[in-house]
Amino acid sequence: MQVLELKNLVKIYNDSEVKVKAVDNVNLTFEQGEFTAIVGPSGSGKTTLLNLIGGLDASTEGEIIINGTNIGKLKPWELINFRLFNIGFVFQAYNLIPVMTARENVEFIMQLQGVEKKKREKRSMEILSAVGLAERANSRPAKLSGGQQQRVAVARALSTKPKFILADEPTANLDSKSAESLLEIMEKLNKDENITFIFSTHDARVVAKARRVITVEDGHVVSDIKVETDIKS
Amino acid sequence: MIYSVSWRNIWRNRTRSLVIITAVGLGVFAGVFTISFMLGMVNQRIDAVISTEVSNIQIHKPAYLESSETDDYISGIEGIEQSVLSDENVGAVSSRIIANCMIASAETGSGVQIFGVDPSKEREVSDINSRIIEGDYFKGESANQIIIGKKLADKLNVGIRSKVVVTLTEMDGTISGGAFRVAGIFRTSNVLFDESRVYVRSGRLRELLQLEENTAHQIAVSLKNNGTEEIVIKGIKENYPQLSSLSWSDLMPDMKMMNESMGFMMYIVVGIILLALGFGIVNTMLMVILERVKEFGMLMAVGMSRASIFRMVVMESVFLSITGGAIGIGVALLITAITGKTGIDLSFWSDGLNSMGFDSIIYPWIGIDSVIVVTILVIITGITAAIYPAKKAIELNPSESLRIDM
Ligand SMILES: Nc1ncnc2c1ncn2[C@@H]1O[C@H](COP(=O)(O)OP(=O)(O)OP(=O)(O)O)[C@@H](O)[C@H]1O
Ligand SMILES: [Mg+2]
Repeated sequence: MQVLELKNLVKIYNDSEVKVKAVDNVNLTFEQGEFTAIVGPSGSGKTTLLNLIGGLDASTEGEIIINGTNIGKLKPWELINFRLFNIGFVFQAYNLIPVMTARENVEFIMQLQGVEKKKREKRSMEILSAVGLAERANSRPAKLSGGQQQRVAVARALSTKPKFILADEPTANLDSKSAESLLEIMEKLNKDENITFIFSTHDARVVAKARRVITVEDGHVVSDIKVETDIKS
Repeated sequence: MIYSVSWRNIWRNRTRSLVIITAVGLGVFAGVFTISFMLGMVNQRIDAVISTEVSNIQIHKPAYLESSETDDYISGIEGIEQSVLSDENVGAVSSRIIANCMIASAETGSGVQIFGVDPSKEREVSDINSRIIEGDYFKGESANQIIIGKKLADKLNVGIRSKVVVTLTEMDGTISGGAFRVAGIFRTSNVLFDESRVYVRSGRLRELLQLEENTAHQIAVSLKNNGTEEIVIKGIKENYPQLSSLSWSDLMPDMKMMNESMGFMMYIVVGIILLALGFGIVNTMLMVILERVKEFGMLMAVGMSRASIFRMVVMESVFLSITGGAIGIGVALLITAITGKTGIDLSFWSDGLNSMGFDSIIYPWIGIDSVIVVTILVIITGITAAIYPAKKAIELNPSESLRIDM
């Protein structure tokens, strides 16, 4: 099932003296259950692309269709609500609310959605166990390592079973071991919960775990490789 | 949930929050304690007016109020006293004969108002008897006793048992005089009062003035509870429409105005304090927003509505202000309670205070209504101070905020 379609997507930053075409005519589709890496050199437009998909930025041209909804047509408050119910986010850093425990952070989005307390508590413990942090449920982010914090962020993004999770360089601030373990957890959740992951990365070891690798340069998609079908077979 | 996050957020930068909470606390304390100090002072003054100087209500002939002529007296006072006393709100009445006179000692003289009273009735209406500092308040039956104020005694250079001569104008215009012996000297918090008023027995003064029995210039009425003046006056007016009955606040309009304007002025003082503190809170909240740009970006990205973010920021500011406010109010109430018992001794300035009629020992007092108003003002300050910073927060663009390097 197709969850996401990008049609002739263009993003031009006009505000500085030089016009920057950060995303240049991108056409892509994503299927349910994908585990996709977006790679490319710094400044190639990865973050811009993910922000457009997530509705954090408006595109200059083109359409983004998520599960049949053209998000460019939504009003600002509709878009916020749409994000809340359909898209999970994991950022490079500053993902968590520092004054909340790991578990409260995981529950946070469910709470914004109005999920009732019992259900929230059950789901948050379930998902924290899945990322291997059940014992740290009551710790605040400052007491967790960078890798653990990112795992909590993944758990939070996943808690509401969104259509897909966008992760912009989720491992960039992690040492290689933590990066690897985060990826393993993401992979496992992708399989167990059939959640679609789209993440950007610089890290070759992270790229190696992806089953589809989209390479962008200067805002263009220069290659789109499905690993299992195109290489492994 | 937002409330608990807001509350926890204010403790992220403990020092900064404590500084602003302390500032609010000190400011609110200063404001509230000033209110209770001033209220105490004004209430004591009003108390003195009612219980010592004026009583709750005074009945006169309307003409007497204009000219204070000796022949504008009320007749048939016994009946009037009876009738007034039958009102359940009335505690006591005392009829007074009043005249302007010269009082002279061996050394010097002074113009005063002489009050002829029935001591047993007068002591129920005015507490002058409890303010005697030397001698006694009409002890024994002697007719030529006079009670004078400390200030006047000093001026005339007389003491207990000294002889003074009172000179006044009789009803028919002839000058007459009488000798009195100082039996008691009183002191109130009002120097002017102490200097200008003397008391003698009504029988003796009536004699001097050649006034008939059963007459008086003024009937002073004291009530069981302050505040029932209007009801009692209505009753008196029904029975005696030809007489003028006025409450203390009508008789002393300046007191009434002081009483009413004091509260208003105090709120303005508190308002100015809070305005200054409000700018401190605005500054703190702007720093908070600046520090948390990335976090706000993240919160908006994951689906927290702008309304919720606005509320979160406003609540942080409100928590800062009400925490400080609660501490300030609490300390002020505590100190008001303590000093309300012990009193604050301002004897150092007693000359100045007493010349304005104020006590030199102030007993601060505050009513629940003032506390509620201050609390509401504190909350309003917290909310208003947060509006601009909160607006800044919700105007952030999530994608740009997330890109910022911090
Ligand atoms: N707000 C902006 N205004 C103007 N130009 C911008 C803005 N944001 C990004 N750009 C430009 O758009 C291009 C793409 O940036 P983007 O951040 O998407 O790249 P990236 O692939 O994520 O890079 P990195 O790997 O360093 O994170 C860059 O040239 C960048 O300078
Ligand atoms: Mg980037």
